[in-house]
Amino acid sequence: MNNETVIQQINADPRFQDLVAKRGRFAWLLATVMLTAYFAFILVIAFDPAVLGTPLSKGSVTTWGIPAGLGLIFLSFVLTGIYVKRANGEFDRITQDILNEAQK
Amino acid sequence: MFARLLTAAALMAVAPALFADALTGDVQKQATNWTAISMFVVFIVFTMGITKWAAKRNTSTSDYYTAGGSITGFQNGLAIAGDFMSAASFLGISALVFTSGYDGLIYSIGFLVGWPIILFLMAERLRNLGKFTFSDVASYRLGQTQIRILSACGSLIVVAFYLIAQMVGAGKLIQLLFGLDYLVAVVLVGVLMVMYVMFGGMLATTWVQIIKAVLLLSGATFMAVMVMYNVGFDFSRLFSDAVALHPNHQAIMSPGGLVSDPISAISLGLALMFGTAGLPHILMRFFTVADAKEARKSVFYATGFIGYFYILTFIIGFGAILLVSTNPSFKDATGAIVGGTNMVAIHLASAVGGNLFLGFISAVAFATILAVVSGLALAGASAVAHDLYACVIKKGKAKEEDEMKVTKRTTLALGVLAILLGVAFENQNIAFMVGLAFSVAASCNFPVLFLSMYWKNLTTRGALIGGAMGLGTALLLTILSPTVWVDVLHFEKAIFPYKYPALFAMIASFAGLWFFSVTDKSKAAAEERARFFPQFIRSQTGLGSSGAVAH
Repeated sequence: MNNETVIQQINADPRFQDLVAKRGRFAWLLATVMLTAYFAFILVIAFDPAVLGTPLSKGSVTTWGIPAGLGLIFLSFVLTGIYVKRANGEFDRITQDILNEAQK
Repeated sequence: MFARLLTAAALMAVAPALFADALTGDVQKQATNWTAISMFVVFIVFTMGITKWAAKRNTSTSDYYTAGGSITGFQNGLAIAGDFMSAASFLGISALVFTSGYDGLIYSIGFLVGWPIILFLMAERLRNLGKFTFSDVASYRLGQTQIRILSACGSLIVVAFYLIAQMVGAGKLIQLLFGLDYLVAVVLVGVLMVMYVMFGGMLATTWVQIIKAVLLLSGATFMAVMVMYNVGFDFSRLFSDAVALHPNHQAIMSPGGLVSDPISAISLGLALMFGTAGLPHILMRFFTVADAKEARKSVFYATGFIGYFYILTFIIGFGAILLVSTNPSFKDATGAIVGGTNMVAIHLASAVGGNLFLGFISAVAFATILAVVSGLALAGASAVAHDLYACVIKKGKAKEEDEMKVTKRTTLALGVLAILLGVAFENQNIAFMVGLAFSVAASCNFPVLFLSMYWKNLTTRGALIGGAMGLGTALLLTILSPTVWVDVLHFEKAIFPYKYPALFAMIASFAGLWFFSVTDKSKAAAEERARFFPQFIRSQTGLGSSGAVAH
């Protein structure tokens, strides 16, 4: 089987175009969420650090910075989990179907 | 003094796998610690056994560079986490939490957030396109010779600066932990590194990293649990006790002065986030797994372990405020922490686990250095042997056994070089090297790699000039920045006012990549653009990518 024809065949497959668009949107969406959250955090530190120094409740020693920081760590983990679940399941199944058909 | 400590901590934080200022200052040699030494010897004997086992399996270049793609996602995730959980992260970040509280958390977050981005935008494409090194990917459809030379230079510069900082840090740390001479320590690290890498290749390097990661995670978990036990597993009590004891009181619960102006903040954020995505020894790990599926899983596990580890270090730092700063036996006559603030985690180990646990944590800290330098040496050796020798000099026609020979010789040369540099830089201020390694990775390696996968119109000329512009800007601005111009060269005032060049160097790099690509009307450029299509199909589907080698 000629590699060139396999490539053309994959490209002509509407499921491939769909997969690329869907996976691309999903990846960029999650990346945007992560970047926005992180740079929002950094910019708050740069411009108004006192915000993160506000106590959680009156008289409490724990500040908003703690849940914000731990939240970012947790967010990183959760977002990678979400991506891996969908990419290793749904997206990889579609990829395998496309490859199997093109290489038949 | 406090301001200097802060600067030191800030610099250190730029490099997850590095020791910085605080460990590069003068340290007093401690009494020889036999418990630690014997535990370390056990580690060496065990990992040498693994190296012997791995050596038997290293029959091809693929085995040597990527363990034949036989590492699972979980194992690779642990190994990646191991690369990040260096002695510097462990000692440096817990020290930063100890001295300034919340700022320690800010830095650890910076190291972590690059990982999701690597996963979403790069991991699967990297795995689908690459074979041994990230230069394989960057040069996939571009001029092999030029791009490989550029990325090999980028890799070697990052590896060299990293290695210098690691070796110097190792020497100082081992003086502190084991009471060995600086020279003995540096030679020991160099020799062991060469043994692991030369004989065991990626398989042994990965397993050394995994074992160390497990040991470090267990040790740190034990310490954090003991700290929490002391405060009745109540976080608000941990914080309120620490606030009451710490000289800065409530200030340790909010951002301090580490990141003051917006430009520095953004620049540091960019360097941390995208530098990680351009570190050759990290990128190489994506080729040790069988396919894109496992590559993705690696990042998921790595993110989990690294995040968990940073939470532990945060607790350990606060625990040290409670248990170390109040204990006179950890202080010298002047009231300063014995061995410097970077030792607080080690002192805490002794406070919560006695002498035996202290020995364990010290041995793990040494093992950590070894594992990290081994990964660096392997990345350097593959840049020379695979990119420069096999692909540039031999034009891809090198015999496998010749390439292996070159790899092994390069590893040996890197070991000797690392020892010599470690000795030469013993009394130098090397804190800037860490930041420089990250800036070069973020502004030379990353932009070229990223655009080669994402932007059809990138040409060899654009990549070469843009990458060189990023590299040059990062180097130049680092020299002109306060960290080198003032701290190392002792000029009055820095020409470039910011500590982190990444923002400017990345702009220069991307601008160069764009401009010199779109204006490239050559025939070769048209062919390179045409080759984007098959590369795109392969990067999306893994069609024809190098799979796992069966053992």
